[in-house]
Amino acid sequence: MSERIRPGGGSGNDQASSPVPDHPPVPATGRAVVPATGRTVEPSADRFENPGLPPHQERTTDTDPRAARRAERQVSGLFTLSALGTLTAVAGYVAVRFPDAVPQNMDAYLASVGLSTRIIGLGVAAALLGLGVGAVHWAKTLMPDTERVESRHPMRGTDAERADAVDILAEGAAESGIGRRPLIRNSLLGAAAILPVPALVLLGDLGPLPQENLRTTFWRAGLRLVRDPEGGAVKASDLTIGSAVHVMPEGIDETTDVLEERAKAAVLLLRLDPAQLTDATADDAYQGIVAVSKICTHMGCPVALYEQRTHHLLCPCHQSTFDAADNFAVIFGPAKRPLPRLPITVDDEGYLIARNGFDQPVGPSFWERG
Amino acid sequence: MTAPTARRRRPLARAALLLTGLLVTGAAYTAVAPGASSATAPGAKDIAAGHDLFLANCATCHGVHAEGRANAPSLIGVGAAAVDFQVGTGRMPMQASGPQAPRGTAQFSQAQIDQLAAYVASLSPGPDVPSATAVDPGTGDPARGALIFRTNCAMCHNVSGKGGALTRGKYAPNLTDVNPRHAYEAMLTGPESMPVFNDQTLDPQSKRDVLAYLDSIGNSPSPGGFSLGGLGPVSEGLLAWTLGLALLVSAAVWVGAKAS
Repeated sequence: MSERIRPGGGSGNDQASSPVPDHPPVPATGRAVVPATGRTVEPSADRFENPGLPPHQERTTDTDPRAARRAERQVSGLFTLSALGTLTAVAGYVAVRFPDAVPQNMDAYLASVGLSTRIIGLGVAAALLGLGVGAVHWAKTLMPDTERVESRHPMRGTDAERADAVDILAEGAAESGIGRRPLIRNSLLGAAAILPVPALVLLGDLGPLPQENLRTTFWRAGLRLVRDPEGGAVKASDLTIGSAVHVMPEGIDETTDVLEERAKAAVLLLRLDPAQLTDATADDAYQGIVAVSKICTHMGCPVALYEQRTHHLLCPCHQSTFDAADNFAVIFGPAKRPLPRLPITVDDEGYLIARNGFDQPVGPSFWERG
Repeated sequence: MTAPTARRRRPLARAALLLTGLLVTGAAYTAVAPGASSATAPGAKDIAAGHDLFLANCATCHGVHAEGRANAPSLIGVGAAAVDFQVGTGRMPMQASGPQAPRGTAQFSQAQIDQLAAYVASLSPGPDVPSATAVDPGTGDPARGALIFRTNCAMCHNVSGKGGALTRGKYAPNLTDVNPRHAYEAMLTGPESMPVFNDQTLDPQSKRDVLAYLDSIGNSPSPGGFSLGGLGPVSEGLLAWTLGLALLVSAAVWVGAKAS
């Protein structure tokens, strides 16, 4: 039901306040009484009265033709602004040139890139906002804004419709004969049951399993610790107390999967006062120099915020904090396991080398880790 | 034996030859050897003046012999570079106890800082104040510096050098507008929470590369318009959530309001 309310008075109130029960009353039992044939139930006495719609207010554009023309000009101005924005964006892209190759004068290059992006951004913003704001302004000022009431029809069908639907289903089942022909029923069930098998076969071939990749790193006994990114092996005597050096295993850049290997093998080298180290930490250390995996045991972020005064290592992602002097134990945050240490010693020439690989998988837990 | 040969073999001539050789070697070494980093080596007078300054301004916390106390580390062996950094950036003398000494205005003249540094350096050898040419960002390679910065510094100081938070109120300070000499000294000495990057683990040229990178990010224009502090997703997200949502709500209110 839809009724246009005439503008210019409270005539709509007659309709709006008429006792039409759009919703069935709810009796005290809590069960909604749904009339089978529609709108015959009288409104109950405790229901508040429908206040109806407020009187329609005329806009200035409804009463003043000059205001209407002004709004028309404004809408068309906004659409013109949109067109100008589109052209500006194209002009900004075409007119502001910058060389394809990165030039020597980086500042001038960045300045022209910045000018180009700003013109394009402002142009596209004007183009989209001009269209949107213009359309809304048009609808609000010039299109009719009279109120309408459209009643919702009841969700429930009549009892006859419901009985019809049940009959259709029962008739369909009887006509298919599924109850009488078990051969068809069983073969259908069997075919449906094996339908997902191709998906299992296809998904089973998705990529190789990680195998030992999650458990092993590039580190092996005897590999030198090489500075990252400058290169060059590190001597034990190079590190003073409080030093921090980021290292990679020597030769890691010659592997085929350089990035994968580097992501697992990143190690932070710290030198502490040997007196501060606990026994377990000192076992893997060399004269106070400890090497530790940089990959957080929580989510795998690089843990490298080293506070040399407190010898705490902080992970920037979730604030897990590890104590470098005490076995890199978790002293704060969501990580559950200490960072794995790399046992180190020195070779004949005094360069730091790995005594072994990590004794456990680096990084966060994974399904097969157990 | 002929007479001239005999004369040459005289003990006096031998001593004279030795003396001449030593003088020549010494003079040549003085000419070739790298000069001291400061223009003039500190004399006993500077050390004495530095000692007076130390007793008046530092000894309360660091002890009259710079041996350190419960809350203040020993200064024996920290070297002149540590003094020049801490006092030159206004961190020391510390204004109030707290998790970290904040950067401030230097409370001494450079001459007084040099005297203090001379006194502390006289206690035990330590890193010296680098010369002006050693900290010239113009001699560094900013691209290589960016690689080194990304691995060694960015986790605390932010990849754009804007600094960041550490634990329990400590923080890595903002590196924009830091005097290159002070930045170099900080790498050399590892002040407060910062690790030490001595000349063996990070050679002087690499340090200058880092200075060149800091110089280049401090001076390059921001191609994206507002940099919003260069802090990354934190400030950008805050702006998007507050200003963006406010704009969306205003637009919804405007669309829903009746025209007058």
